[in-house]
Amino acid sequence: MKVITANFVTCAVKECKTSPASFPLHFHDAELEQQELDFQPEFIRNILPRIDWEALRTISNELGFPSLPDSKPEGDALENEQTLRDLHRLLLETQVTEGKLTCGNCGHSYMIKEGIANFLLPSHLGEKYCPFVLLDHIRFANILPV
Amino acid sequence: MDYLVRFAQLHETFRRPELQACATLAGVDIGIITYNEYSPYCVVRLPDEAAARAVAKRSILVKDIFELWGEGTNYEELHADVRRRTQHRWNDYIAVPWKFTIDYFAGTRSPAQKGEIIRSFSYMGFKGPIRLTNPDEEFFVMEEYIDDVEVARLGVSRAEDPRKIYLSRKIADSCRENVLKYDLKKRRYISTTSMDAELSLITANMALAAPGKLFFDPFVGTGSFIVAASHFGALTLGADIDGRSFRGKESGKLGIYENFDQYGLKSKFVDTFTSDLTNTPLRRTAVLDGIVCDPPYGVREGLRVLGNRRGKPAVNVIIDGVPAYLRPGFIPPKKPYGFEALQNDVLNFAVRSLVPNGRLSMWMPTTNDEKTEFPVPMHQNLEIVSISVQYFNTWSRRLITYRRLPEGELSDTTQARKKIDDQGTSADDLNAFRRIVRII
Repeated sequence: MKVITANFVTCAVKECKTSPASFPLHFHDAELEQQELDFQPEFIRNILPRIDWEALRTISNELGFPSLPDSKPEGDALENEQTLRDLHRLLLETQVTEGKLTCGNCGHSYMIKEGIANFLLPSHLGEKYCPFVLLDHIRFANILPV
Repeated sequence: MDYLVRFAQLHETFRRPELQACATLAGVDIGIITYNEYSPYCVVRLPDEAAARAVAKRSILVKDIFELWGEGTNYEELHADVRRRTQHRWNDYIAVPWKFTIDYFAGTRSPAQKGEIIRSFSYMGFKGPIRLTNPDEEFFVMEEYIDDVEVARLGVSRAEDPRKIYLSRKIADSCRENVLKYDLKKRRYISTTSMDAELSLITANMALAAPGKLFFDPFVGTGSFIVAASHFGALTLGADIDGRSFRGKESGKLGIYENFDQYGLKSKFVDTFTSDLTNTPLRRTAVLDGIVCDPPYGVREGLRVLGNRRGKPAVNVIIDGVPAYLRPGFIPPKKPYGFEALQNDVLNFAVRSLVPNGRLSMWMPTTNDEKTEFPVPMHQNLEIVSISVQYFNTWSRRLITYRRLPEGELSDTTQARKKIDDQGTSADDLNAFRRIVRII
């Protein structure tokens, strides 16, 4: 699992989603791997506004990387190639191949094996599926293809 | 300016939506002047040649694009139109090495007739030289006849002569050659449910995959859609409830990653993880530019979510003093899931996860029987951009593309009705589509 993905995921338990303690999930026993990938500055520029910077700082510290600046690079800072390259290295080139991701709210751990995290919940943690709530905004219509 | 698009004559209902999507990607306005599903030729209006090139370069269903020099229902009309449109430009081509090609749809001409047709344009005064390989300019005479399919379907009568003739100058090829490059037969890692290369690439186009974007497939399987989205430059994520589907059987190798490696797309691959869409670990915030998926619909691939079948309580099993779910190799119980409930989940997920104007392109099966036709799911925060259909013998499947509306805009869903299919516990109870296919 790459560092960028860790910034997009939280605990799969529904009750945890509203708790600030559930994000970011914390890495434990993490084995790291660096992989060189093509530098794609337009991707970093596009994705950076969607990154939770505080969470990225936390993860980066937990994985033992040098501290990130206090605030997210914005505006002119995004024209600085070194800044973008550093972010590219952290977000896309760094991955956790083995370890655990643990929720700070419920304490459940998700295993990472060979770089793949498993977010399936045991049945006592998964919410009973209730489509009646979700269906509130959904309507079906017969529409002919254009 | 008017341009002539030559389409591949298949997947007809996908052709216009894909062309529109390619124009959106190129950031140009396109006007479709004439289109006929029984013909490969389509006249469009675009701002300039650069725009025509850009649109064609992204399309899979377009074969190539031409500058329109004239059109008519017979040669008299065509020649008059060619004079009117292009007489002032003939001088520019007077000494250019050129080639004339006769292209026909559902018709044919003898070599002698072809020569005669080419000579009939001699008034343009092109001195050549004629160069059959790598000419600087290639002119096409296109003749459109009435095809047997149209005769059979619409009951029109077949005529001896073409019903439409065009003269055009070739501008650019499309990227249709990628259909061969991504052919499943040559792909390292596939399964029985892998989507074919052509439709995967079209799906990625409909969802506007492009460099700098982040795409996701929540039912990734062997990765057909995310490979296609990455081909167009997007970085991609995939998830599946069954990790074996993207991991593959070979230990130490990630099956889906082998595909990215094969096509030189390793830098576009972000991650795959095992998860269930109803309990997705993705944060409830807009991070995705596009979602491309073919949800399982319970015929070839079972419809399942995490949970226990009704009647079975959720118990925490303890084995040797350790809760079962903490033991290595634990497989959580899964239960059957409704076909429409699944679509609802995909739509709700898209609304939460897509950035404004981000797109969801989702496949959905339906029957060809009008009485049991399956309706299109709608959501007030999603606008339906296009619906295309691929027909099979007893059923068909649709590709529905939605746009995430920016906050403050709502789509009209008033004509739609509510529907719930989560009654019952077995796969057949929950899934009307499965019931019908089984009967057939």
